[in-house]
Amino acid sequence: MSSLKRFLRLLPATLYVLLVFAFIFLPVVTLVLFSFQGSRLPIPPFDGPSLKWYGAVFSDRRLMAALNHSIWVGVLSSLLAVALAFLAAYALARVKLPLSNLWRWLITAPLSMSYLIIAMGLLITFNALGIAKSLVAIGIGHVVINLPLCFAIIFSQLGEQQARLERAARDLGASELSVMTLITLPLIWPALFAAFFLSFTLSWDEFIIAFLLSRFDVTLPVEIWSLLSSGLNPKTNAIGSVVFGVSIVLLILLETILLGRRRRT
Amino acid sequence: MNRRESLKAWGLIAPALLWTLAFFVVPIAIMTVYSFWQRVGTKTVRGFSLDNYVAFFSKTYFREALFNSLEVTILVTVISILLAYPLAYILAYQVPSHWQRLALSLAILPFWTSYVVRSYSWLLVLSAKGIVSKSLQTLGILHDPVSFVNSRMGTIIGFVHFFTMLLTLTIFANLVQIPRNYLKAAADLGASRLQAFWHVTLPLSVPGIMVGAFLTFVLCIGDYITPQILGGNKELLLPQVIMLQIGRQANFPMASALSLILMLVISLVFLVSARYLRLERV
Repeated sequence: MSSLKRFLRLLPATLYVLLVFAFIFLPVVTLVLFSFQGSRLPIPPFDGPSLKWYGAVFSDRRLMAALNHSIWVGVLSSLLAVALAFLAAYALARVKLPLSNLWRWLITAPLSMSYLIIAMGLLITFNALGIAKSLVAIGIGHVVINLPLCFAIIFSQLGEQQARLERAARDLGASELSVMTLITLPLIWPALFAAFFLSFTLSWDEFIIAFLLSRFDVTLPVEIWSLLSSGLNPKTNAIGSVVFGVSIVLLILLETILLGRRRRT
Repeated sequence: MNRRESLKAWGLIAPALLWTLAFFVVPIAIMTVYSFWQRVGTKTVRGFSLDNYVAFFSKTYFREALFNSLEVTILVTVISILLAYPLAYILAYQVPSHWQRLALSLAILPFWTSYVVRSYSWLLVLSAKGIVSKSLQTLGILHDPVSFVNSRMGTIIGFVHFFTMLLTLTIFANLVQIPRNYLKAAADLGASRLQAFWHVTLPLSVPGIMVGAFLTFVLCIGDYITPQILGGNKELLLPQVIMLQIGRQANFPMASALSLILMLVISLVFLVSARYLRLERV
């Protein structure tokens, strides 16, 4: 009797969760399922499974070039964003500087701006200065959007606990450089990793900056965008599933790093 | 010593500051200058004129784009909060704690599909030949295929999907930080569960709602992909109009003026909600 009562009490909540989950997962499941479609349209009925669209994706030279570009732009722009963010966060957390609140605000300001506006600004500026659209231009834009995020993550991790260890090292005669590389960096590397992975994920998925600042060499989301003009196509499902899969793997890596750290502390 | 130290600190901050100045502040300044120039025929005329802004306020085409954007964004924000709150609440209070992390990760998993892929996936689901239309036909509810895309509804469904996940995350993060003792105290003082929710839990979860709502507003009103793929060209939102100005007509001055208006709207919303947006509380 009491278990029936309990069941009835939990029923509405369970139903609600199932319904919302169904809504949330419907498009992703459809995307992945019909990437294994046998025939030429990714619509019901499902007549797979077939791997031929993945074969088509991996033998498509334009897609593979775009994939390559995305990885390079993502890795290099994220490395740069993390490096710039770490240096600035270290200085702002350790040294009292005049107007430090203003500098913090300025560095994090792009966080509350639309990517579209950042992209438009860069497009017009590069255009006015005669700088050609290129993968480098996209990378510059991705550093702009990721630097504030990396800064916020790293800054929040530079607490008093590390500062004490740094002071101890200094008292023992360590140079400023060895303090940074031998004490601070090892202490906060999980934050640096988290910042890097998050940056890479955002760069990997970013569309509007990449779209406006590229001409011949494009990144994966822009190439997928141009595939859309051919309508519904299982090949688009396949490359979309690949992109999704990569993001998920990155996130699992990130989670493992952060969880592992939480367990130790 | 102290002087050397502060010089060194400036050296460390300089790269990040200069990057932000050169590629964020300066571009917006240049865009502002451009917005006072004009595109006449195929030439860009320098100078100072308010014509782009006058055009924005006098032409229904532009004004409507902003109104459409505001309407869609507000609607999306409200629907997403209504969908996300109960989910976040159930995850925070009714799911056993060792399952919570997994359940939350699952609830926001599709968040990580890229914009383009996510909108395309909804196209698969909602187009006339898609799953929803097919299922409704099989069930006998519909006779002919119906397309749910190429309309405002398509845009809204695509947006609500994404922002429900985002809001679930921010509201959940807020809810788990509310001390359980508060609810016990409320119960001891004779409050029913509903009263405790209304007077304790809900007010304390406002910061989580506000942060999520602000992010939703900013990301939604500036998004080009979702309305372009799912909404089509019948009814244009502001980002679509901006993109048309650069694409077809190479009218950078008008596109700049429109972008600045969009920026102004976002800044206004930021100012209004700023006092709720203390991120450390979430």
